[in-house]
Parts: sequence; structure tokens; C-alpha cells
Amino acid sequence: MEGPGVSSGYPWRIQWVAKNMVYLTRKLEFSASHLYHNPALSAEENKRIFGKCNNPHGHGHNYTLEVTVAGEPDPVTGMVLDLKELKEILEREITQRMDHRFLNYEVEELKGQIPTCENIARVIWNLLEPKITKGRLHKVRLYETPELFADCYRNGAQGA
Amino acid sequence: MSDGLKIELGRRYRFSASHRLHSEELSEEENRRVYGKCNNPHGHGHNYVVEVRVSGNVDPATGMIANLVDLDGFVDREVIEPFDHKLLNEEVAAFRNHVPTTENLCKEIYARLKRFSKAKLESVRVEETSNNTFEYAGEEL
Repeated sequence: MEGPGVSSGYPWRIQWVAKNMVYLTRKLEFSASHLYHNPALSAEENKRIFGKCNNPHGHGHNYTLEVTVAGEPDPVTGMVLDLKELKEILEREITQRMDHRFLNYEVEELKGQIPTCENIARVIWNLLEPKITKGRLHKVRLYETPELFADCYRNGAQGA
Repeated sequence: MSDGLKIELGRRYRFSASHRLHSEELSEEENRRVYGKCNNPHGHGHNYVVEVRVSGNVDPATGMIANLVDLDGFVDREVIEPFDHKLLNEEVAAFRNHVPTTENLCKEIYARLKRFSKAKLESVRVEETSNNTFEYAGEEL
């Protein structure tokens, strides 16, 4: 059912691409601030583990999010899902929730978690997966900077 | 967390190095034919970009798969320090007997980073230029 191939959606990225499926990716950017602090740890431990990210005033990033949806194009519309619909889902679920927010305090889903790239990617996955009803969510990639990102996908989907 | 989700952390690094593509097993003419400009005896250089992906459990106390200080330190020690501003053919032992194509470079970097103990190495992708990219994820187990 699945075989190795090169996804044209990701130039250069070798990945497992299922036959008959098309993978479409939509990108969006948002800016937000955060800080890393675990109240269960001492001030010294927080400083040691999180370094500059422990600054109590927080700091910000321009995040870039890439959302990949896999599916078979509808024979009538030729679409896996309407990109306008995906754009609206992303606007409602992600941009409105996270853009120009302090992630630690203003995003309910991140309360009690350290808002690392790993954890934000997982939260984004959980927000989007139930909303994407045409095709299925294949991968979420969140860039915190061009040099640092986290990927989230279903175990076994080998989506990277 | 057993929610069936897999998280990977990706990080990009840079180094600059020179190399010459030349195989001792080929004649001078064959070397020139196979490697073209890359066979220039004086070598030439690239600004390499190395993209590393690791996976593992996200530690609930830190929110991290691996602390970037540990990952960056390891990559710096194993790859950036020994490769940056070096002639790969002469100054990296692995390329005394192997042509330092970016295919081989990618595999060498993978072998070095596989030893990282704090997370599982998933793959190494090397951009030789913005037009040429190589990715390696190890051998089939």
C-alpha cells in the first residue's frame, strides 16, 4: 500500500508516500511570545535547563507552520479539500488562538505545559485533526526559527 | 504520551569546507569525465547546510525531546568542528579512502550523529548548494 518515493510537495524530502494519495501543504505564519519555566523545579534548575528561554519576561518568535493534508482528489472538483476551507480552519484554530499572544498565559491548550516547539506542534495537531474532515491530517511542521522545527504525525504514517 | 503521535525535532547547522572528487580506482581521463569540474586538483568549496532530525519522548518536565544545548554541543563536536573550514579529502579520516561526494558526506555525518545518546537520530539531510540535497536515514534494520 505504501512505498518509498519523493514527495513533490517537499522538494528534496524523501518520505513514504502512499499510492493514489495527494499531499497538499498550506503554510502560515504567526508571531507569539513564550517563556520556559517549570514551577516544579528550583530557580537554579530552571536557569540551567532552559537558559535564556527562562527569562521571566518572555521572548518572541515568528513561527512558520506547515500543515500537510493527505487524500484522494475529488473526481468532480479535483481537490483533496478546498484550500479556502483549510485556510479558514487555520485562521480560526491557529491564528486567532496564537498570533500575537503570550503562549504560556493565553493559549488554554498549552496551560501546564512548557511551550516548546515539540509541545506546540502536538497542540496544533490536536486542534486541527478533528476539524479536517476531507482528506486526513498527515503532518504538522512548526518552525520556531528557520534553524529549529518540530514535526508531528501519526505513528506509523512515516510522514517526515 | 500514548496518543499515537510521533514528534520529531529538526535542527539546521552550517559549515563550509572544500573537497575534490577524484577516485583512485579510475584513470585521469575517467576522473575528468565522471567528475568534471569537481575533479579540479586544487579542490573547491561549498557552504553546507546539515538538517538533523531526532525523535523521542517529549519529557513532560522540560517539554523537550532533547535539550538543544546537548544536541548542538554534540553536533558541534562531532561534525562542525572537524569539518568546518577543512579540506575534507585530507583532513577527515573517512575520506582518505572514500570520495567526499555529498552522498558519502551525508552517510558519514549520519554515522557520527547516530551515537547521540539523548534522542534517536531519524535522518540527516545535507544541502551542498541550494540546488543539490542529499538525505540518509540509515540502513534497513
